[in-house]
Amino acid sequence: MAGSMTSPLLQVRGLTVQFRTDRGFVNAVDSVSLNVDAGETLAVVGESGSGKSVTALSLLRLVPSPQGRIVAGEVIFDGQDLLTLDDRQMRAVRGNRIAMIFQEPMSSLNPTLTMGLQVAEPFSIHDGTPWAAALGKAKTLLDRVRIPDSGARLAAYPHQFSGGMRQRVMIAMALACRPRMIIADEPTTALDVTVQAQILDLLKELTQETRSALILITHDLGVVARYADRVCVMYAGRIVETGTARDIYERASHPYTRALMASIPRLDRDTATRLEPIEGYPPSLAQLPPGCAFHPRCRFAADPCGRRVPMLEKIGERHHRACFVDAAV
Amino acid sequence: MVEVAQPATGALTSRRRDAGPFVRFIVRLVREKPLGAFGAAIFLLFLACGLLADVVAPHGMNQINPIARLKPPSLQAPLGTDSLGRDMLSRVLYGAQLSVIIGFSAAAIATVISVVLGVLTGYLGGKVDMVVQRFVDAWMSFPDLVLLIVVVSVIGPGMPQVIGLLGLLFGIAGSRIVRGAVISVRENMYVHAAQSTGASTLRILWHHILPNVTPIVIVLFTTRVGAVILAESGLSFIGLGVPPPAPTWGGMLSGAGRVFMYDAPWLALAPGICLTLVVYAVNVFGDALRDLLDPRLRSAP
Repeated sequence: MAGSMTSPLLQVRGLTVQFRTDRGFVNAVDSVSLNVDAGETLAVVGESGSGKSVTALSLLRLVPSPQGRIVAGEVIFDGQDLLTLDDRQMRAVRGNRIAMIFQEPMSSLNPTLTMGLQVAEPFSIHDGTPWAAALGKAKTLLDRVRIPDSGARLAAYPHQFSGGMRQRVMIAMALACRPRMIIADEPTTALDVTVQAQILDLLKELTQETRSALILITHDLGVVARYADRVCVMYAGRIVETGTARDIYERASHPYTRALMASIPRLDRDTATRLEPIEGYPPSLAQLPPGCAFHPRCRFAADPCGRRVPMLEKIGERHHRACFVDAAV
Repeated sequence: MVEVAQPATGALTSRRRDAGPFVRFIVRLVREKPLGAFGAAIFLLFLACGLLADVVAPHGMNQINPIARLKPPSLQAPLGTDSLGRDMLSRVLYGAQLSVIIGFSAAAIATVISVVLGVLTGYLGGKVDMVVQRFVDAWMSFPDLVLLIVVVSVIGPGMPQVIGLLGLLFGIAGSRIVRGAVISVRENMYVHAAQSTGASTLRILWHHILPNVTPIVIVLFTTRVGAVILAESGLSFIGLGVPPPAPTWGGMLSGAGRVFMYDAPWLALAPGICLTLVVYAVNVFGDALRDLLDPRLRSAP
């Protein structure tokens, strides 16, 4: 209820991102709308190619150009439409009010610069802090992400760090300017399973400390269950279902979401239940089936599914889905 | 954890030593890259000889002695004398001065041009890349010699002209190499990460692109030094370089050296060996420099 009274921190309306390919333009992201409240954790889940990473990049207007461009929509952050800002204003948002953490900690750090210089860079960019002072702040940041012996580590190079340590450094850099929102694009995909939980716990803890909102892009439904307040499920560039984590886990309504849930092992279910894979492959964005993009793989597909594109409809307090099939199935 | 910590503490202990960064660099050069250090020593020797030629050379560079013509190496003239009786040792020493000045300044100009053009077109891409690189195509499709003959016949031969022209020629061609390197660096995740922290284009070029193409730039520069010294000798041969009687190595090699190759081989050998040595020394030093400056190749102390 409180969320509907005040306007959300981030409001995305009808965001559409096109990529130019050999076979013409494809919509990597198609009329995506979503909200993020201050301090909330929103998970965006989907298979590879479902448009979740492109959605994340387009929020900061970092879609690779000239092949990709945002063709429609609004990204209203803190009352300001980011898509109307000029380059300089946009740079003042990046890393300062919205920070991003990338998928591959092994390659997200510049191999030729010391850690200190890289962690201190956001201070120098956004606050004009002199290097000496920025390095001091960088040390404090490394302490906060619990990197031992942080003073000596400032002089070290990225190749002297392990993957988990590098991702901690990336988190430190993201937190530097106390952003209102952090976008983490599959932050733990490249890490060992044992390190994944540490990194996510740390990220969650620190974002709660600074009251930053967190958009967690992932394909790991286990991560979603543990860390997300709300979830958006994407398929072929569109949001097919969104709701609280509880809605998605206990009352999944869209056939795709249900199929995803049925395809992962769960500790709270009878071990005799078989895992059910989803038949077929995700469609190529260049050759989307007419109507609902999921209908060729959907076991409930009925008459309107192949002709019309379903819109998101409210089915619970914060629960929406885009499907024609009767919710009761 | 332990082996990760070692390099960092090593860096700290070496910092605690009183030696400045330059001295520490020399120590590393000698310890880790002895061949590179040898190259640097040879090169410095030639540089010193060139700079101090007025003091070191036993005779003037154009001091003619008609009686002692084409004399083989002896105690009076350790490298022999040429067809006009000029002392070859003195001429080689003065030649070091000219060749080193030309080699370095032209290679420096070439490298700066290559880096500026290559980094801008490689990083910005799109229309800038398209337009500038078509100019580079057009420039490279002219035979160098035609360009040189036209320009020199308009502005006349001389050292500044040679330096400027060779710098421009090698610089524009080299921009392709830098551009290629920049394009591959540009696609790295850390460049995207830098964009996501709000870094300006200039900052990204300076902090993230340039340090990562430095190894290629160093190699480009060192190979250019050799190439420029050789190109200058070619120019001198057709009378478009530094005009005689100025003692450039190329001029000596292609002038008297070629004419009296069988009767007096020392005329060609002396400048030829010097040329080879300097080019070799600069190249091995460049390789060592590239390895030492790259943190990824740095071994734990």
